[in-house]
This record gives sequence, C-alpha cells and structure tokens, in this order.
Amino acid sequence: MSAPVLDVRSLSVEFESTLGTVHAVRDLSFSIGEGETLALVGESGSGKSTAAMALLRLIPNPPGRISSGAVLLSGRDLMALSEADLRGVRGREMAMIFQDPMMALNPVYTIERQIGEVLRLHLGLSKSEILAEVVELLRLVGVPAPEERARQYPHNLSGGMRQRVMIAMALACRPRLLIADEPTTALDVTVQAQVLDLIHGLKEKLGMAVLLITHDLGIVAETANRVVVMYAGRKVEEGTVGEIFADPRHPYTRGLLGAAKWEEADGDLLREIPGTVPSPFEMPSGCSFAPRCAEAIPLCRGAMPELKDVAPGRQVRCFLAEGRGHG
Amino acid sequence: MKKATFQFVLRRLLQVVPVVLAIAAFNFLLLRLAPGDAADILAGQMGHATVEFTEQLRREFGLDRPLYQQFLIYMGKLLTLDLGMSHLQQTPVIDLIVDRLPATLILMVSAILLAVIVGICIGIAAARRQGRLADNLISVAALLVYATPAFWLGLMLIVLFSIKLDILPSGGMMQIGAGHEGLAHVLDVTWHLILPATTLGLFYVAIYTRLMRASMLEVYGLDFIVTARAKGLSEGVIAWTHAMRNALLPVVTLAGVQIGHLLGGSVLVETVFGWPGLGRLVFDALLQRDLNLLLGILFISSVVVVIANLVVDLVYGLLDPRIVHR
Ligand SMILES: Nc1ncnc2c1ncn2[C@@H]1O[C@H](COP(=O)(O)OP(=O)(O)OP(=O)(O)O)[C@@H](O)[C@H]1O
Ligand code: SF4
Ligand SMILES: [Mg+2]
Repeated sequence: MSAPVLDVRSLSVEFESTLGTVHAVRDLSFSIGEGETLALVGESGSGKSTAAMALLRLIPNPPGRISSGAVLLSGRDLMALSEADLRGVRGREMAMIFQDPMMALNPVYTIERQIGEVLRLHLGLSKSEILAEVVELLRLVGVPAPEERARQYPHNLSGGMRQRVMIAMALACRPRLLIADEPTTALDVTVQAQVLDLIHGLKEKLGMAVLLITHDLGIVAETANRVVVMYAGRKVEEGTVGEIFADPRHPYTRGLLGAAKWEEADGDLLREIPGTVPSPFEMPSGCSFAPRCAEAIPLCRGAMPELKDVAPGRQVRCFLAEGRGHG
Repeated sequence: MKKATFQFVLRRLLQVVPVVLAIAAFNFLLLRLAPGDAADILAGQMGHATVEFTEQLRREFGLDRPLYQQFLIYMGKLLTLDLGMSHLQQTPVIDLIVDRLPATLILMVSAILLAVIVGICIGIAAARRQGRLADNLISVAALLVYATPAFWLGLMLIVLFSIKLDILPSGGMMQIGAGHEGLAHVLDVTWHLILPATTLGLFYVAIYTRLMRASMLEVYGLDFIVTARAKGLSEGVIAWTHAMRNALLPVVTLAGVQIGHLLGGSVLVETVFGWPGLGRLVFDALLQRDLNLLLGILFISSVVVVIANLVVDLVYGLLDPRIVHR
C-alpha cells in the first residue's frame, strides 16, 4: 500500500474554560489514502469539527490547544511547520468547506474576488488569468452562467450555489485532501444530494482524498469508503462502510444505525439513543458510553476499554467486542 | 455606473428633498414663533420703536399677510437661496454664509477624516493585540482623550505647540499679508489647520478607535474569517481586508450620525483658534440677536448635514453591496 495522503497520529485537543479543561479530542488516529473518502461520524459535541480544524492548526488559541499528536500530509508533519510554511499548505494542499455557506463566504466581496484570492496567493496568477480560472472553476462545480455569477456577491446566490462556490474555492489549487465539515446540513434536501454527488464526482476526477464529517449515515453509506465513529472525543470504532453497516461492533455504532433505520422507516418518529452525551466536565470514570449503554457490564464502569484491532483496518473500543471476532 | 448603483444613488437623492423641505418649514415656524418679529427687533435696534414705524416695517417685510402666504413667499425665496438680509450687517445673509462656509467645511472634513482614518488604524491594531499590553494602553489613552474637553485640549495644544515650541500657528487660517498663491497657499492653510483639526477630531478618534476595536473583535468571531485562514491568508491580510471591510460598517454609520455634533463642536473650536468659519458667525449672530442670520446659518448647516449624510450613505453602499442591491 502506498503512503497515505493523510496520517493522523494520537491527536489530542483541549479547550481551557472557567469550569476546567475540555478534552475535545483525545488520542485520535486515522489515515486516508489517495482517492479515498473517510467519514467521521458521531453525535453533536463528539469532537468532529475540532479534529478537522486541528488538522490545519486552526484551533483558536486561547482557549484551544493541540496538546499532542502528529498530522502527516504526504509524509510531512504539519505540526512541525512554521506559521508561514503552514499557510502554504492551507488552501493549497489541504482545503476545507464548512456547514453554512452563507456564513463562510465574506458578504462584502464578489465571488470572483474570494476564489481569485486563493489563485493569486498560491499560484501567483495574474488578474486576467484569475478571471478565466474562476469562471472555469465555477463551471466545474456546475454553477450556471459562471461569468455573471463571478461578478456577484454571496447574497445574490442560493444556499446550494454558495456551497458550490465554496467547493470551487476549496478546489482552486487541486488540494490533496478536502475536508468537508457537514457540507450539506444547512441545505435543502433536494440540493443536498446534488452537492454530495458533486463532491464525489470531483474526488474521482481529481483523485484527492476526502474527510467527510456528517451526522447522516445515509450520506456515509452512499459516499464513504471507510468510517471512523467518534464518541466524547475518542474514536470508538473504525471499519469499511460495508463492515460498519453489516457488522457494527460497538454498541454506540449500533445505536446510531438503529436510530437511522427508525428515521427511514417512519420520518416523524425520531428514535434516538437514550440518554445524552456526558458533560465534558463529568466524564464517567470507565467507558464514556457506559451510562447510556444497554449492554454495559460491571467492568465498563471501572476502566476505559482500549482501542483494539479486531481485523486489519478494523478497530473497536469496547470490552464486549474484544472477544467477538472469534465467536 | 451599474444600474443598481445608479438607482440607489437616485433613490437617496430623492429622499433628500422632503428632508430639506421639512427643515425649511421648521425654520419658518421658528421665525414666526419667536417672541416679537423681525420688525420689533429692528425697530428696537434703531432706537425709535413707535407703533407706526414698526407697522411700516412689518408691511415692508410682508409680515402683515396671512401665514400661508408668508410661508409660500419664504419658500420661494429659499429656492433662489434668498435668506433675507442680516439686519445688523445690512448684507444678504447668503453672502455672509458663503463667505464663511468653506473654512468650516475644510475644518470639518479634515477633522472627520483624521478621526475615521486614525481611529480605524488604532482600533485594528488594538483588536489584533486583544488583551495584551498595547491593547490596554490604547484603551486607557482612548478613555483619557474621550474625557478631555475640546476647548481645554485646544488651549493646551496652543500653549505647547505655538507658545512653548513655536512650531505651529496659534490661530487664523492663513498667514496675514503673506499673499501665498497656489501650492504655497494650500500648504499655508494646511499648516494653520493642524491644531484646530486635531482639537476637533481627537475626541472622535477616541470614539472610533473603541468602536473599530469592538467591531473587529465581533467580525473575528464570524465564520468567513475561519474560511480566510483556511485559505492560507496571513493574519495581516485578513485583518486589513476581510475583517476591516466588514468592521468598518458600524464606524461609517456612526460617523454619519455624528456629523451634526461635529458641526456643533466646530463652533467652539473656531472660536478658540480664530478660524474664520461659520462658528464665529453664529457667535456674532447670537450676541447681536440677528435672527435672520441665525436662521440662515441653521438652514444651511442642516442642508450641509443632510448632504454629508447622503455622502456617508453612498460610502456605506460602496462598502456593503447588500445595501445597494436591496
Ligand atoms: N472554541 C471553543 N471553546 C471551548 N470549547 C470548545 C470550542 N470549540 C469546541 N469546543 C468543545 O469541544 C467539544 C467538541 O466540539 P465540536 O464542535 O468539535 O463537536 P462536533 O462533533 O463537531 O459537533 P457538531 O456535530 O455539533 O458540529 C465540545 O464539547 C465543545 O464544547
Ligand atoms: S465498554 Fe461496556 S459500556 Fe462501553 S460500549 Fe462496550 S459494553 Fe458499552
Ligand atoms: Mg461540528
């Protein structure tokens, strides 16, 4: 296997607050290969966005801090780079799109200016080259009448069009890795599928790696190759999409899948996993999922289970799963 | 000019008309409501306030006609910029004002530009160093300036720069009798402008510094700043483009609102520095109870404020495309 595009090792992120330290991400490791889509799933507050922001060292400091870990992009450790070198990576080798495309675009600059900025900064294109390239990029992401759109402002565009603009901006320098943090959550259902298809199609076309953050397991099933499930800042399970859907080993993953199935069967009746994510200041001493876990055994409340390899590329953090591979 | 921009400008221009009419009507009412009319005052001033003489004056001024007729006549005269005569100086009011207005405009525009530009720069610098020593020093300095009365500041500046150091003139608008022309004249006026413009503008520098700092910090919390960082832009570029452009909006709005205050402040500063603007004229008109002159100045000042607000709105439209396209 060739070296992965992204290799994250033992990443931990903390936030200081008046109530104490929040360990938003703990000891998180995963890797993404060329042309691969890795989905990061988990309930709200599980640390998905924090992990994504940490990859580009965009955690606001204070209050945040990347307390440990390495982020290797094609073998180069981003944590060891100078600020200036890091800026050369952001937007060029690793680009990001966000949940709310209205908020993520600057309201007072034209689309051309905002996409063009990346081209000028990283590729040193001239003014006329920029306009041509912006139009080309807008066409690539399926924005109709790109010449006209380029001169408009974000408020002139619909939500779906804005997200396409964000994608065009992210792809401007053909990055090796695209991070998409809930790219469709803020969009209409009909537009969601279009935007996902677009990301998927462009990934194939440009051969980049994608880190897709989402709540929606339907999206995972359709677009991802592998899945990392996070709970309370930690990875609790990893596997291919097939493995996770056919044979979820962690009770939390099973809960997520169960909730998703119910949602499908009866749109109105939202079945959720009982209980709520523990407060970051009152983490249970043993397995963080224990208070909500229907299968918990006494051992679970005493110690945190280790993340165990149960098969190649397949990991689970649960006492019960450790033996199950054999039986 | 783009169609949307043109429509925006036109719309704003049309809005000015009723405002100016309202000011004129208000002015007229003041003239009527003042105890005793111009005829009384004039007759009194001339020293023979007999009933017959006052009545004669009244007929001369048309003060014996019905109110609505007087109003129409008044408005008709306004259209031709006829603001009546200054009773005491026996000169058309408009001539007196036109004579003094440029000096006041120069002072006001310099003060507001100084305040906005310096305030924005310091505000951005402070926001980028939030909570650090430089930020705290700026906050303290802004508070001190904010609390300093303008006339005291003016006098202190005169004492320091004109009397002690002798590097800046203490008053006037140009060197008397030097007869500079062209560039030399401009430089001479600029030279005389430094102290009064600083005195008038410094208070507003403090205000805009604090506002710009707060506005920048708010903008820094918005998502598109994260986008800008994720693009690879440096903090300097983000501060002076993406963040500043958005953070400017409240500052421009406030500057528009404060132009009226600034005009009021310039009356004081002009008096301290012997600046030959409207302020001194107001002072004289007040002392001599020259009602026509006073109301003329009031009217023209209001129009200046309305036009200044129009300019500010247009600037705002340039800064924020959402306004123009609404
Ligand atoms: N700027 C911050 N200051 C303090 N705490 C923070 C900050 N950002 C995130 N956190 C904390 O980090 C934890 C993880 O948050 P994060 O936004 O990464 O979750 P998420 O999985 O992306 O959730 P969602 O699905 O709602 O987007 C939360 O407990 C949150 O309170
Ligand atoms: S370790 Fe125990 S509590 Fe935690 S998920 Fe597994 S069974 Fe549930
Ligand atoms: Mg998130």
